[in-house]
Amino acid sequence: MGTHNSESPARVSRRSFVGYVIGGTTLIAAADLGLTPSAAQAAPIPSVPQVPELYDLNDFLTHCAMPTSNLIAIEVDEKGHAHFALPRMEVGQGITTAVSMLIAEELDLPVDDVHVTLAPARPELLFNQLTGGSNTIISMYTPVRVAAAIARKALLDAAAILLGTTAAQLVAKGGVISAPGGSSVTYGEAAAKAAKPTTEKVEVKLKETSEHAVVGKPHRRVDARAAVTGKKKFAMDLDVPDALPTMVCRAPELNGTPVSIDNKGDVEKMPGVTHVAMIPTGVAVRAKTFGQCIDAVRALEVTWNSGTVTTMSAKDIKAELKAGQIPLAVPKVGATSVDGEFTFHFRSGSALEPNCAIADVRDGKATIWGGLKSPITAQEKIADALGLLPTDVTVNVVQGGGSFGRKLFFDAALEAAHASKAFGAPVKLMWHRADEPRQGRVHPMAVSQVRATVLAGSVLTFEQRHASVACDFTHGLGERLTAEVAALPTGLSNLSFSESIFMLATEMPYNFGVVTQLLNEPKPAVDRFNTSSVRNIYSPDVATASELMVDQLAKKLKQDPVAFRRSYLKSDVVKRVLDRAAELGDWGRSMPAGTAQGIAIHKEYKGATAVLVEIDCRPETVNREVRNAVTGPRVTKAVVVADVGLVINPAGVKAQMMGGFSDGMCQALTYSNHLVDGHFLEASWDNSAYTRQWNTPFEFECEVMESHGSQPGGVGEAGVAASMAAVACAYARATGEMPTEFPINFHKPLHFETKPFIPSVPESPTDGLAHTY
Amino acid sequence: MPSHTFQLNGETVTVDVEDDVRILWVLRDILGVTGPKYGCGINVCKACTSHINGKAFNPCSVRVADIGPDDEITTIEGLADTAPGDGLHPMQEAWLEHDVAQCGYCQPGQIMAAVALVHKVRAEGRAINEADLDTIRNVCRCGTYSRIREAIKTGQDAMARGL
Repeated sequence: MGTHNSESPARVSRRSFVGYVIGGTTLIAAADLGLTPSAAQAAPIPSVPQVPELYDLNDFLTHCAMPTSNLIAIEVDEKGHAHFALPRMEVGQGITTAVSMLIAEELDLPVDDVHVTLAPARPELLFNQLTGGSNTIISMYTPVRVAAAIARKALLDAAAILLGTTAAQLVAKGGVISAPGGSSVTYGEAAAKAAKPTTEKVEVKLKETSEHAVVGKPHRRVDARAAVTGKKKFAMDLDVPDALPTMVCRAPELNGTPVSIDNKGDVEKMPGVTHVAMIPTGVAVRAKTFGQCIDAVRALEVTWNSGTVTTMSAKDIKAELKAGQIPLAVPKVGATSVDGEFTFHFRSGSALEPNCAIADVRDGKATIWGGLKSPITAQEKIADALGLLPTDVTVNVVQGGGSFGRKLFFDAALEAAHASKAFGAPVKLMWHRADEPRQGRVHPMAVSQVRATVLAGSVLTFEQRHASVACDFTHGLGERLTAEVAALPTGLSNLSFSESIFMLATEMPYNFGVVTQLLNEPKPAVDRFNTSSVRNIYSPDVATASELMVDQLAKKLKQDPVAFRRSYLKSDVVKRVLDRAAELGDWGRSMPAGTAQGIAIHKEYKGATAVLVEIDCRPETVNREVRNAVTGPRVTKAVVVADVGLVINPAGVKAQMMGGFSDGMCQALTYSNHLVDGHFLEASWDNSAYTRQWNTPFEFECEVMESHGSQPGGVGEAGVAASMAAVACAYARATGEMPTEFPINFHKPLHFETKPFIPSVPESPTDGLAHTY
Repeated sequence: MPSHTFQLNGETVTVDVEDDVRILWVLRDILGVTGPKYGCGINVCKACTSHINGKAFNPCSVRVADIGPDDEITTIEGLADTAPGDGLHPMQEAWLEHDVAQCGYCQPGQIMAAVALVHKVRAEGRAINEADLDTIRNVCRCGTYSRIREAIKTGQDAMARGL
């Protein structure tokens, strides 16, 4: 590992990078996607610090990007606009905006003149086209700027010839290049001249952070206007000729499969229906409208195989996890031990845009359109399923309506490919909402056991054993890890992939003597439950368990939770965010009985987050009535303070923290899937109880601290863990009882009547006009 | 095949489709008006929220046969035309000012719900309060709820000023 990351061949000196002007009729500036000065120097690794302090999940993801000597390219057109096809997927996390800002900055072009689209599957990039782990900006930061700087240099060189001067005399601003005498050319005019007949190697320097005029300033999302006018196109909004609506009738049990269709002829005769066929996961129906698909799915009579966890319920899985847990090393010793066991139930990873994709599989070729975060793996797996070569499968990446880890997989794209092949016609396949929590990917259930030992006023040991239902990582990174395993730091090579991910992501930032945090997945098969790396993977649960225990330790040592954390924290970055959150949130202010503050920290993604909340657990609040709503304790105020390294777009960072908070809060209080007798009961948003307006804090404040770091950190997931933990800690302080099951309402009587499993989807109501306002 | 006529974003439209097809699918699958989104199909998530005769409704839960030739449906695509001036509707401007959208999938429905809520509360002769905001049922899975609350207050003020 030691030499793996030293001087990349393309890197000439500290701020000088090499890239290319690609031969052609327009100006195309390119840089190696492997360029990165940001990954940690990973050797040697002392044994005492935990792995992520030196080499974390993002270093791993960044290193995965390094060996592929493949190029990303920025094209400047005749209007002087820059175009870049980003080999990542925008799902709302703001990467198209941040990348546009980086290009605008380095190219001296208005952000509006930069057009970032999403690249289709590029198999030559190997594993460098996976959107995950909040890694996009970390891994794109350098190559994107180098390509932009090369474009700028080429434009200046061309302008120098046009203006009869030298490039050094010229000033580029806002897409116009001016000479000292006042003459000027636009980027558009220079671009044609800047095109090169053959590819040339170019050396450039990048701007210093202190020179940045765009990066670091809040910028509205580049697609904001399209979003608010309804013009933003998601996969199901695309007009692909003859791709008719298609839905799937699914088994009553989780992962049940079809045996036979018992009334195919009748359903084929229903209004609008064009095709009915079995596919591996159910029975697909194609019709003129999705409404008619719903009607047909409801009318289908299908014989099903049983599912993968038939007869099992949440309590069985909990017993399985507890039985398989790695034992704690330190024995329980009377008054000196502080023990806790925490259960985290399944929760759906669904986005608001359901799983969906368009597929056209005809004549030995396949074309797919979908929101896909691992398009290369999707291409390979779809080709394999269809009996085609990957080169016969084109995978187009469309912006997604949220992901939260769900779109790492391509479940709907694979189904769409099967259905299109079976029908011999293009399909626009979409999951019904009811299928999302019931059959879609979930965050794996887990049981976390913690034991700490305290002696003579000090914490001597802190052990955490996190037993989890297997998390599915088969979307591409796994193979990369196998390939890279020899290069990984000491101790990682013997672990399973999940254990490695856990090891790379989990960090206990306190000086608690002997600290061990271990993951295991007692049943490693990933085909029992449909799981994925739902936003922030294991960290929210791990942090909630450990931060609740930190509060218990503070209590045992009769210390204030903030003062206790401050005295034991190892990292100044974490101390800074903690202190600032305590200050902004007026930590320690007097609160009425039944209400309390809670505070928690988290360190990951090369940064740190602290969250302070105030919660109201008084009966009049907890029992407030909203129709068909889960109310319960109300978080009335939230303060999030984040250090995310170098900030590209503060507005985007704050947005991600707000979203992370919404996730973390409901995971602590309301949001879950109940596994009962082999299937999940939840079938709608009202059932699952994700955060809604009636749960939202009246006050939300986020501060992004000016960072000491010179490289950007991860943003998309960084807000979840501390938010969930802070809400749990506040609840414990307000009620005097430490919660041990999450969400806390899991064992309350169900707040909904379970929708039938046959038919698999509910009928659309017809009384909408009775509910206007 | 039955024929259905109604007003859509200021124009008269006629579609040939079965009576019981819900308006959401008439808009999206037949007319290609894709601003209203599908999120549940059972009037829970509210992603398809649009206006009928100036009031918020959810087209996933209304049969096309249940509206008549004079009923005026406004989707997000037609919202700006319901406000004075050539630009966006003030609520859309407020959404831009607060940079509310993340993935953007729910936001057409959120904006349509917000405009209707402002009209409703104003008809009651008062301004929006926290309890009113708590009644909004639209799901945002990106969790932009706090910015939505702020944007609605800004949009309400701009609407009151007749912007």
